[in-house]
Amino acid sequence: MDVSTAVFYLICLVTVVSAGMVAFSRNIIYSAFSLLGTFMGVAGIYVFLGADFVAAVQLLIYVGGILVLILFAVMLTHRITDVEITNRAAGRVPALLVIGVFIYLLIQTVRETPWVKAKEVVYAATTAKIGDSFLYEYLLPFELASLVLLGAMIGAVVLSRKEIKE
Amino acid sequence: MSPNELSSFLIIGAILFSLGMFTVLTRRNAISVLMGVELILNSANINYVAFSHFSSGNHAGQIYAIFVIMLAAAEAAVGLAIVLAIFQLFHTIDVEAAETLKD
Repeated sequence: MDVSTAVFYLICLVTVVSAGMVAFSRNIIYSAFSLLGTFMGVAGIYVFLGADFVAAVQLLIYVGGILVLILFAVMLTHRITDVEITNRAAGRVPALLVIGVFIYLLIQTVRETPWVKAKEVVYAATTAKIGDSFLYEYLLPFELASLVLLGAMIGAVVLSRKEIKE
Repeated sequence: MSPNELSSFLIIGAILFSLGMFTVLTRRNAISVLMGVELILNSANINYVAFSHFSSGNHAGQIYAIFVIMLAAAEAAVGLAIVLAIFQLFHTIDVEAAETLKD
């Protein structure tokens, strides 16, 4: 087993274990910080898939943006000392049954399907190609994305401000 | 399981999806439900990038993954703003407490 395979196993382990912490932890602070491990592990998986730009975007937006937002929301809505009630879960047994059957079916499907692979798998820098694509064939979705983000920003401001009554 | 096989990445995606689904199904805390949604979006992204890397040879899957990340950011901003508004109104973010529309 060479070094890159070992690193791949390590990254997969970190991703799955911290995702399990998100799903099973009793304390919401632990859940929120475990999400950090999941996001960084997924970024490592993107690196193994030759997607350097997507990995950087994952780190910037998920770890730098969404995770901080989630932590802010946790801090703003909880009395941190009440550990027992911060992350209540209900109906775990039926959910575990459903999820167990579901993950069994998914893994069987993945194993038994004869996936067609490309002749040769290339590892090349993708940033320039992605930039070109955004400005040629994906120009309309790219511009629409800015509108969606503007709408989301205005919506978030309107929803979370306090109404001042005279 | 090896970094040169498509199926190992698909299995990782499946595990992440199932854990996210479990989080969404069992949590009663609205922020935890949003965390589960983020896990599900990440697993979908892994599948996009893996298929793009191993089969097609072009990078359309990576571009879709970037769009998904963008929409996840918008969803998180609006979703957490709604959670904060619910907290100001009900003083809890238990998703079973916000049932005013039922009456």
